[in-house]
Amino acid sequence: MYAQEVKSTGKPVKSLDEMDPEERAFQERIDADIKIEPKDFMPEGYRKTLIRQISQHAHSEIVGQLPEGNWITRAPTLERKAILLAKVQDEAGHGLYLYCAAETLGASRDEMTEQLLAGKAKYSSIFNYPSLTWADIGAIGWLVDGAAIMNQVQLQRCSYGPYSRAMVRICKEESFHQRQGYDIMMKLVKGTDAQQEMAQDALDRWWWPSLMMFGPPDAQSVHSAQSMAWKIKPVSNDELRQRFVDQTVPQAEYLGLQIPDPDLKWNEARGRYDFGKIDWNEFYDVLKGNGPCNKERMAARQKAWDDGAWFRDGLMAHARKKQSRKMAAE
Amino acid sequence: MPQDALFDYVLRMGDNCLVLAQRVSVWCGHAPVLEEDIALANTALDLIGQTRLWLSYAGEIEGKGRSADDLAYLRDARAFRNCLLVEQPNGDFGQTLMRQFLFDAWHHFTLGALKNSADGRIAEIAEKAAKEVAYHLDRSGDLVIRLGDGTAESHNRMQAALDHLWPFAGELTTPDEVDEALTQKGVAADLAQVESQVSAYMEKTLAEATLSAPKDAPVRKGGKTGLHGEELGYILAEMQFLQRAYPGATW
Repeated sequence: MYAQEVKSTGKPVKSLDEMDPEERAFQERIDADIKIEPKDFMPEGYRKTLIRQISQHAHSEIVGQLPEGNWITRAPTLERKAILLAKVQDEAGHGLYLYCAAETLGASRDEMTEQLLAGKAKYSSIFNYPSLTWADIGAIGWLVDGAAIMNQVQLQRCSYGPYSRAMVRICKEESFHQRQGYDIMMKLVKGTDAQQEMAQDALDRWWWPSLMMFGPPDAQSVHSAQSMAWKIKPVSNDELRQRFVDQTVPQAEYLGLQIPDPDLKWNEARGRYDFGKIDWNEFYDVLKGNGPCNKERMAARQKAWDDGAWFRDGLMAHARKKQSRKMAAE
Repeated sequence: MPQDALFDYVLRMGDNCLVLAQRVSVWCGHAPVLEEDIALANTALDLIGQTRLWLSYAGEIEGKGRSADDLAYLRDARAFRNCLLVEQPNGDFGQTLMRQFLFDAWHHFTLGALKNSADGRIAEIAEKAAKEVAYHLDRSGDLVIRLGDGTAESHNRMQAALDHLWPFAGELTTPDEVDEALTQKGVAADLAQVESQVSAYMEKTLAEATLSAPKDAPVRKGGKTGLHGEELGYILAEMQFLQRAYPGATW
């Protein structure tokens, strides 16, 4: 998942004629869809933008464990518990691949973690919402992972080789995640009245934040143009959001649930759904740290990091001891 | 009595896995490093898989139509048969790891013996679980060694965890009537043999970890016969919440 508002150079995109020969050769490779690999030349802006995007993506996987992890101990059956554990484990694994991909660009995992904890690096706004009922686990899988897949499928075509390959692997697992979420929703809507209400309530709360996951509208997204020219992000925010709506509305209808948007309707001429206005103030407010769970999410990550210091130090000390014993023996 | 003993024995195997998985899975997203988040989720996942096998079989032995989920979600604390060790609170990561290590050692050698159980179903479940548990023990044993012989702080924390948890580990290797009746039939693992294997393994591993097991600590037991600590009720209250709040719903 989950890069929103990734800062790029902030400058207008250069034409080929404005570039020096090295940069021009780089851009021509990208235009010809040749992947960029870690040891290849790349403009500093490309490297930095990618580090921001990949680390934001990795942090989202890590923080994203929290709202779902919140329900592992309360999953209603042993099978649901096993599936949820497998899913949360996959997400931590995605975080790991992504940190590794960012490391190929010269950023260490510890540095990236420190930036997250210092509030300098972001993670997806969606994980600042609370998971209040079991239906939220269904809604997260269905909507949040659905939105993530929409975003990640296009990132498989990203110009940077290690990121693109990580996405191929991640996409395979995400489609399983979305199916398990939808399956939870199916069971709920076929269940008791209380379960149906639980399902509708979860959709009501997760719908708009899911649309916000794609980031601000293209018109306000100053960094998109450069990222698109570099093929770091091949498809625009608004186009991805539209694809998500078009895909999800029929799924909600099949479930018999109501999407909480009175302006949602099929536009015959466009062949796509029209939908209501997103409350961007809410989005920016959450990004600023004022969402319902921002403080709790960061406090949890900070506590894990601080409480784990002795563990990490212990392992490092042991490795050094082992090394020096080995050298003494030689 | 024989059928009841078998039911109890299989419940013990399943309840140990279930209660430990509940405890371990609380770390999801909160572990000291990402690799541990992944490893702990993986351990909990294996244990839940094993729980399903054991409790399904327990339900069949009982013959009253109870499924693995019925047994997990609709029994009260007195009917649980897990040992006290697995219900101990997570504490710091050192306590979580030490609890895992003490359990894994017993679990590994027990499953090794159960692969040859006279009860075909037990042998079959043990065969599958043993592969996973061999890996659990490799991992927890390796970390105990590295942290025991790491910094002064990591050493002290691991020693404190060992001092605290050691008395509970004895319950696992102390046979009672159920163990004895089923060992005679070749169904259960012979705990005298398991105890000697665990001791030899502990002696070697703890020495390498520069840790020392408490001497003559009295064994704390009761869980195997349903006499638990106060903590178990809270574990169950959390785990069983949805099944209790929405009786009869399917999920």
